[in-house]
Amino acid sequence: MKFLAAVSAAALLLAGCATTGDVEPPKPSGPNLDPQVDSNPFPSTYKPLASVPTALVGATIFDGKGGKIDNGTVLLRDGKIEAVGANVTVPADYKTVNAKGKYVTPGIIDAHSHLGVYAQPGVDALSDGNEATAPVTAEVWAEHSVWPQDEAFNATRRGGVTSMLILPGSANLIGGRSVTLKNVPSTTMQGMKFPDAPYGLKMACGENPKRVYGEKGGPSTRMGNVAGYRAAWLSAAKYAAKWDAWRAGGGKGDQPERDLKLDTLAGVLKGQILVQNHCYRADEMAVMIDIAKEFGYKISAFHHATEAYKVADLLAKNDICVATWSGWWGFKMESMDAVPANAALIDAAGGCAVIHSDDPVLAQRLNQEAAAALAAGRKLGLNISEAEAIKWITANPAKMMGILDKTGTLEAGKMADVVLWTANPLSVYALAENVYVDGALVYDRDNPKLQPKSDFMIDRKAGGTE
Amino acid sequence: MRRFTLSLLAATLLASTASAGSIAITNAHIFTGAKKGEIASGTIVITNGKITAVGANVAVPNGANIIDAKGGVVTPGLYATGTDLGAMEIDQVSSTNDNATSSKTLSAAFDISYGVDPASMTIPVARKGGITRALVTPGAGSGRELLFSGQGAIISLADGQASLVVKPRAAMILELGESGAGRAGGGRGAAITALKADLEDVRWFASHRGSYNSGSSRDLRLSKPDLEALVPVVQGRMKLVISVHRASDILEVLKLAREFRLNIAIAGAEEAWMVAGDIAKARVPVLLNATTNLPGSFESRGATIDNAARLDAAGVTIAFLNGDGGHRAHESRYNAGNAVAHGLAYTTAIAALTSAPAAIFGDSAQVGTIERGKQADIVIWSGDPLEPLTVANTVLINGEQQPLTSRQDELMNRYKNLSAPLPPAYQN
Repeated sequence: MKFLAAVSAAALLLAGCATTGDVEPPKPSGPNLDPQVDSNPFPSTYKPLASVPTALVGATIFDGKGGKIDNGTVLLRDGKIEAVGANVTVPADYKTVNAKGKYVTPGIIDAHSHLGVYAQPGVDALSDGNEATAPVTAEVWAEHSVWPQDEAFNATRRGGVTSMLILPGSANLIGGRSVTLKNVPSTTMQGMKFPDAPYGLKMACGENPKRVYGEKGGPSTRMGNVAGYRAAWLSAAKYAAKWDAWRAGGGKGDQPERDLKLDTLAGVLKGQILVQNHCYRADEMAVMIDIAKEFGYKISAFHHATEAYKVADLLAKNDICVATWSGWWGFKMESMDAVPANAALIDAAGGCAVIHSDDPVLAQRLNQEAAAALAAGRKLGLNISEAEAIKWITANPAKMMGILDKTGTLEAGKMADVVLWTANPLSVYALAENVYVDGALVYDRDNPKLQPKSDFMIDRKAGGTE
Repeated sequence: MRRFTLSLLAATLLASTASAGSIAITNAHIFTGAKKGEIASGTIVITNGKITAVGANVAVPNGANIIDAKGGVVTPGLYATGTDLGAMEIDQVSSTNDNATSSKTLSAAFDISYGVDPASMTIPVARKGGITRALVTPGAGSGRELLFSGQGAIISLADGQASLVVKPRAAMILELGESGAGRAGGGRGAAITALKADLEDVRWFASHRGSYNSGSSRDLRLSKPDLEALVPVVQGRMKLVISVHRASDILEVLKLAREFRLNIAIAGAEEAWMVAGDIAKARVPVLLNATTNLPGSFESRGATIDNAARLDAAGVTIAFLNGDGGHRAHESRYNAGNAVAHGLAYTTAIAALTSAPAAIFGDSAQVGTIERGKQADIVIWSGDPLEPLTVANTVLINGEQQPLTSRQDELMNRYKNLSAPLPPAYQN
């Protein structure tokens, strides 16, 4: 103990005066190479913006759990939701917002976004979403491509989006890690990073990988795709076993060689990283489910999943969310059978339906896309409430991103990620009036000082404000 | 047998004459499509496929087939622009793409009307969304070096026609700005210069066909079909739709139109609001996507969702442009709703979906408004048509009720009940 203290003192001395030469500098120990020891090398530096205790009073509340409260009140304090209900008393020191005739929902969550990685403007220099150099690039992390100056962050915040899952593109079988961001303006990616959100792994089925690699060494077929996923998981299982054995032996002997690609894949096998799987066709989803079972991992969600309604029961049984659109169809062969009530049919089958964007324009209006999906479901005779449809853009995306314990619903103790709408958010005329992230008012429709603009737009005083 | 067939035919004809002959839509909240056209509660009478009366105090003719709108909103059929309806089934299946060419010799001559398939799966989806008429326009065509995209066609979305095309070669499409510069080899200076040279060539060609045909032509950059196709453009008889985005490019285009006396419309036009006064003064209409508000390129850094409202306030005629080809044409109505949410007058938004595009493309004698004498292309909605929660309950084209099912409905019905005893393939 004494000896250790002496070494520390020497180290401190060295740090202060590197040229004394009196003491032999200790050998740098180097990074600990065990991927489990430092699994978070790019930690979040996000700190909620300043907030005051706030009461939204008299609103119609969609709580994100499928419930609706008329003439209700929501209290926000110290970044958390303090109370929600029809009979909530507002303490004296709260800033009261008259929300009569208005609506309150949880912050909208976009479960499929490329903001920052395919930033505005859409020039090649900012095209950072697909590391299309090999079919398996599990070693890349979307967060290293995120450009925080993408003006679309501001635009989607105006649309009520408070959190989003930023994914690599779908060129690759395994495209890399996703990152979950809080939609707050920040100079660095780390300043937006959602604290303690699990990582995700982007995988892609079908046409994209075989198109991109068909003439670059393959895969060039769907069966080639599947061989590619399985080969990757085999390597990952072997790698994980090697590290587990080394740790079980007390860390003696040579450390296994560290591999960034396999770190991520092994993280999936250990249940620490959630699989976000781009997959359109029903038959391919069924194959992906079998692969997940073969290697012992779980698929958190199928993305786009335009044929999910054909296997709604299978997806519900396997507890896999379906992140999809309402109006998008027919842009590629595998989306030919997309239907507007896909989300509604998943919901009706007891599954987890999510309306996502994959697009910076649609991301500003996920509430309207949910309304279109609801209308299609009702037209089909499904009895779905408006409050249920709000789950598709709040609680359910939070669930598939692994952050439902923190946000996605209006419940006491959760992050105060909240939107005050001028009207029913399922109406085209509803605009987000106030957007709160962790209780802080990050956007105010009536206050130009709370309408942030990216550096890219700073010299445009008149345009780009909406 | 022959006699039987004939009498059956006669009966069918009679039946269709009777139903098409006289229809009254009553208790309708009518938006006529005219700029301030609203009748809070009125009746529309349709005879032989035409609107014969409309108003708050219109008598229902004896024997008319009555459709009670029950207070619901009734509008003209929506008129989509910027679509490839019928000319493209699947974007990424290139064999189904008849919406563009990358030909080295055909650009202005490209005629989309030849590729419009009445059996296209995109038509019923659009019709369900209340679209009854559309301008089908050539798209970019990847790798095309020539400037013009080609000629658009007006189509009707009526069911059961051998051809949807009402008017082929209804407008010429041209892209300038960054896209035009790229095609011209780089630089706006090349694109505009090449364009002017082409237009000069066409003028020369129009008045020197003899020399051209006898082989004593001056050097012309374009092929003969392209030159022919552009003659009505330089004569101001064909609308030239110029896709352009930056404010300065819009001013350049206005100048060009004046210089060559072209009859133009501007499409895209994200920064149009910055030069709204100039556009209004030139009386040039603008086709715009209501929801384009991001700085997607350096030429649209001024994009704002207020564009529609600001242009309208300046007196510019606007029509809504579909941003996503044909498959999502049905979304233009809610996109228009977003423009209303950001300040555009409601009836102007309806006009921008109906009468304005009809007028811009010379189709307003037939369609675009609910007025006496117009073709009865009419939609009865379950609510406000600009709301995504609203659906079209009845769609009439030429006074005929249209089927409102698409292959999407057939798929949904097939898979709605996954516990049926036989596989879904047995569910029709």
